[in-house]
Amino acid sequence: MRHNGSAPVLVLEGIHKGFPGVQALTGAGLRLFSGEIHALMGQNGAGKSTLIKVVTGLYPPDAGSISLHGGPIEPRSTAQAQDLGISTVYQEVNLCPNLSVAENLFIGRYPKRLGQIDWKRMRARSRELLAELELDIDVEAPLARYSLAVQQMVAIARALNISAQVLILDEPTSSLDEAAVQHLFRVMRRLRDQGMAILFVTHFLDQVYAVSDRITVMRNGRTEGEYWAAELGRLELVQKMVGPHAAQGQASGDHCSSNGTTVLRTQGLARRGALHPMDMDIRSGEVLGLCGLLGSGRTETARLLFGADAADAGDIEVNGRRHRFSSPRQAIAAGLAFCSEDRKLEGAILALSVRENIVLALQARQGWWRAIPLKRQRAIAEDYVRRLGIKTPDINTPIGLLSGGNQQKALLARWLLTQPRLLILDEPTRGIDVRAKEEIMTEVRRLCAEGAEQDRRMAVLFISSELPEVLRCSDRLMVLRDRRACGVYERGELNEDTVLEAIAGDGGDPTRD
Amino acid sequence: MAETPPVIESLPLPKDGRTSHAPSAMPAATTATALAAHPSQRPAWQAWLGTLHEHPLLRPVLALVILLLVDLVFLPDFWQVQIRDGHLYGPLIDILNRAAPLMLASLGMSLVIATRGIDVSVGAVVAMSATVAALMVNAGQPLLVAYLAALGVAVLCGAWNGVLVAGLKLQPIIATLILMVAGRGLAQLMADGQIITVYQSSFFVLGSGYLLGLPVSLWVVLAVALATTQLLRRTALGLFIQAVGLNPVASRLAGLRTATLIFGCYVFAGVCAGAAGLMIASNIKSADANNAGLLLELDAILAVTLGGASLAGGKYHLAGSLVGALIIQTLTTTIYSLGVPPEVNMVVKALVVFLLCILQSSEWRAMLRRWRQRPAAPRGDRS
Amino acid sequence: MSASFPSPASPATPSPGDGATRRSLRPVPNPAPSPSPMPSSSSAAVDAGAASRTPSGNRPALLLRWLHHPAFSAQMTVVLLLVLLAAGGLRYDGFAAPQVLLNLLIDNAYLLVLAVGMSLVILSGGIDLSVGAVLALSTTVAAWLLQQAHWPAPAVMAAVLVGGSLFGVLQGALIHVFRLQPFIVTLAGMFLARGLCYLISVDSITISDETFVHISQMQIPLPGGFVSPGAVIAVGLLAVGIWIAHRSGFGRAVYALGGNESSALMMGLPVGRTKLMVYGFSGFCASLAGLLFGFYMLSGYGLHAQGAELDAIAAVVIGGTMLSGGYGYMAGALSGVLVLGTIQTLIAFDGTLSSWWTKIVIGALLFVFCVVQRLLSRPLAGAGAAQ
Repeated sequence: MRHNGSAPVLVLEGIHKGFPGVQALTGAGLRLFSGEIHALMGQNGAGKSTLIKVVTGLYPPDAGSISLHGGPIEPRSTAQAQDLGISTVYQEVNLCPNLSVAENLFIGRYPKRLGQIDWKRMRARSRELLAELELDIDVEAPLARYSLAVQQMVAIARALNISAQVLILDEPTSSLDEAAVQHLFRVMRRLRDQGMAILFVTHFLDQVYAVSDRITVMRNGRTEGEYWAAELGRLELVQKMVGPHAAQGQASGDHCSSNGTTVLRTQGLARRGALHPMDMDIRSGEVLGLCGLLGSGRTETARLLFGADAADAGDIEVNGRRHRFSSPRQAIAAGLAFCSEDRKLEGAILALSVRENIVLALQARQGWWRAIPLKRQRAIAEDYVRRLGIKTPDINTPIGLLSGGNQQKALLARWLLTQPRLLILDEPTRGIDVRAKEEIMTEVRRLCAEGAEQDRRMAVLFISSELPEVLRCSDRLMVLRDRRACGVYERGELNEDTVLEAIAGDGGDPTRD
Repeated sequence: MAETPPVIESLPLPKDGRTSHAPSAMPAATTATALAAHPSQRPAWQAWLGTLHEHPLLRPVLALVILLLVDLVFLPDFWQVQIRDGHLYGPLIDILNRAAPLMLASLGMSLVIATRGIDVSVGAVVAMSATVAALMVNAGQPLLVAYLAALGVAVLCGAWNGVLVAGLKLQPIIATLILMVAGRGLAQLMADGQIITVYQSSFFVLGSGYLLGLPVSLWVVLAVALATTQLLRRTALGLFIQAVGLNPVASRLAGLRTATLIFGCYVFAGVCAGAAGLMIASNIKSADANNAGLLLELDAILAVTLGGASLAGGKYHLAGSLVGALIIQTLTTTIYSLGVPPEVNMVVKALVVFLLCILQSSEWRAMLRRWRQRPAAPRGDRS
Repeated sequence: MSASFPSPASPATPSPGDGATRRSLRPVPNPAPSPSPMPSSSSAAVDAGAASRTPSGNRPALLLRWLHHPAFSAQMTVVLLLVLLAAGGLRYDGFAAPQVLLNLLIDNAYLLVLAVGMSLVILSGGIDLSVGAVLALSTTVAAWLLQQAHWPAPAVMAAVLVGGSLFGVLQGALIHVFRLQPFIVTLAGMFLARGLCYLISVDSITISDETFVHISQMQIPLPGGFVSPGAVIAVGLLAVGIWIAHRSGFGRAVYALGGNESSALMMGLPVGRTKLMVYGFSGFCASLAGLLFGFYMLSGYGLHAQGAELDAIAAVVIGGTMLSGGYGYMAGALSGVLVLGTIQTLIAFDGTLSSWWTKIVIGALLFVFCVVQRLLSRPLAGAGAAQ
């Protein structure tokens, strides 16, 4: 891979990193040169954040080497990495919001005079540092007063003050508005011109092309490749991120026509900072797929529909009745169900048994007084264990002992048990082996198809970042980009290339309904 | 109390004895290395012992038995039970009687701790309820009215705590600290700093009376414990409280009313504390607003921890808490009977709390694992 | 539909007619209600959202900003103190005499010392429930060493101070190494310390050592009256505490720790060492308070200062320090202690109100301050940093 002839500043080679049950990185690599802005891209689970954590010393790699200026390094903590010259600015900034801006810049390395902190010099120096980043603010004010954009600048200034040679920006623009993004880019370009090596992790395609020189794409724990930004088209980039073409035309079993009655309809559903106003309607018996890149607003949509987050605008109409859900409990009572993306934190209650986890939602809806008798609980649990093929020694085993796939199946059982009108599945097949994936999707589609009357069938909102899977399973498909809906496709139009284009944003799809 | 295996904090850690479950149904790749790590066959009795080893009540009961055995060795009359005045009499009976208020308070504290909270206002509530009851009885009110008033005050206290924690989302230690400070002051105000002596004999039944040979207070505790366990088991409350304590986020998404549940637990703790106050007042035949229930909350927290529950919330062990309360009381009585200065009690309690907290902490377990894996032959899995 | 790739040189102003303009997606973190002005094309000053040069005439924003500033709570305490003093001066004769105010300091010197130590602990995000017990332990140990072991007074004082600090450091070590919750560790520590008191002596030990007696009776003249050495020491410690909090690396590390522990760790601050030092300092203050108490009462007793830790916590919270950590001023310890002392004095002057009212009023004040802090802290905590 040619560059301007100089040697790379930072080289990662053959990095392996595994955790119990999952191999996060398999032979990942990265090369960073000074005086460049290098974008690191990949979907959820691709291994981007693990790689960054390896570089910054949070995780020791199982295998592989890291070298800085040619010499091998083994950072074992963030402080060590910082001392070596590798500074990271995370999305959540990692500063102390209660302290002033000046202090945050100088924590741990205060200018001292006569043994005590020299505030005057600190303030003056802070203003200088921030001026280099085009920031002119009151350095004595608490950091919490400023927007995230400013806080990120402060974090960058701190990194510069510690004389970083490698600056890693982890998703810096996710919560910034246009002006702040441009400001950040200006600063990044200036730093690059001064010789800094910048690693820019993001999922916004526009920004990648706006500011980066080179791109490394990761997928499934491996490095797909290293490319010049000018030589890689958007479509190609998305294809590399998402994966090889799915086997098209594979019979997906029962596909219902999408002309049942509307189960759920929403107009103008929005939440500040999460989702632009969106319209959606889901019909009974259909599987509506929701896809888009990471950060496009898929989970936010699901949470708004389910009442997990409060919407700023837009009512939700379920079976003709208008609702404004302020809690999941209300949504469940109206017939919704939500299988969250984060199994461990938001789904499974790890110490409770499989049986208890399965009956939880139904029991919650029934109320505390009318307990489901133990015998019936057992029967239900065993029934679902059989139906979904949940591998567990016993229904009383704590669910935390099961593998990811089986936990997911148990959670699916929880929601199926409530016999919802609309089941929202957010990344149900993430981190699950192929066979379990198939079993889950087959069962879901079967449930959509069963039911004598079209109008009584369950509808599914299926959110996934794996495009082939979404294409295969959905009756209709809605594409999200940058927190807004940008297209809805009927069955006949479902074609991977079209959808990829919509996701990538080439050509511009007019917003359709 | 639950029929499921004991607490597993987050990801399960390798523990011996886990393979007592049928190995054939094991999934190939699990998040727990434990399940895949031990291929050894073990005799049935070892497996049974393993299950027993895991039972939550084992350690508390064992501790209690050890204590009682120590008593047996050093104090020959300790286990002696006579029949006097138509009821059982002896140090053991005395322990049961004196432990009763603490047992009640521990029941309430168990549920609060299960929701990841804490209640340090228990002592203040005890003082208030004792004072209210004593004042009303002395004012000529019927006993039942006095009891209802006292419990009513206790309910209000619990509700106050509940609103602060579940509604305003204050940290539990701080929210209940407020009542701890102000409550005792209120009690002292009501009593005007005096010890209110009660002369009405019906007042003494609760704390000093006997029914069928055993102390009335013990019957009350058993009744409350039984009612609570039945309520928690027969309804879905037990499941809900554990779910809320183990994972409040997931519980909310599953449709549970987390705020109401937490509020209810604090009210329950208040009622338990109120009832304990009535018992204490009845036992000493007076209401001492200055000292009644002093440091009772600490004993209750210790009892719950001794009973096997973790301060981090989640699973509760009501029977364990009761045993824990008995352990504390036995300890106090033992120390007293041995002629050791009773202040040693406080030191011992403190050391026990330290020890328990350390043993329960995940840091300790991590240290143990590292220590265990050092001399062992290298295995295929890595921590 | 997608935004065209902006070239580096182009200004950031979006054209009004462009349907693809991205609206600000982030939730507005700061209380300023005015929308962030679109910056001009000058690259000089970009300040997204925060008004550093406050736009003149933007009064609601100023008011809100003042409300949310951490100093607001502390300022309110001072106002409250002045109000209480004024009310007392108006209502009761002799209340406004300077000696009354100086007596406040004399009587509460030990509490001020406790509050200084407690401030630092609470600022770091922890809590120390053992200080009252360590105080009592210090008096008991001192009394025993003086009366039974016949140590010279300076040695006794040194031993007590070192012992108290060590006690604190041990608690800090347990909290840090095993990641235990501070309240349970210090609660057990309280038990331990009180128990040790009684092990040394069940009854009160009277101190008759010359030095102690001399100090106890000493009166340092000031304009308006006199103060005790204890009061001087307490105010001196407060000055030291203020210096630590504002001028030393250790003090700032404490604030950082209380603000966001994981960030502090990631920024390379010595979190473990700071925690040990904080609890050690609290232990030192508790034992120093014990010495002051010993000067005051001339006795060592296990029942001394029951509930003093709660008073100290109340003083610190009322003084404006948030119990969640990271926000507050050391000087708040003084205002908090003075408020508590004034309430007590007012109640004593009143004569009709029983002294139990003190506890109730303190509890009520604590409640008000906690709730107000909680309600006002939400916008602050939500600004910017995600967690």
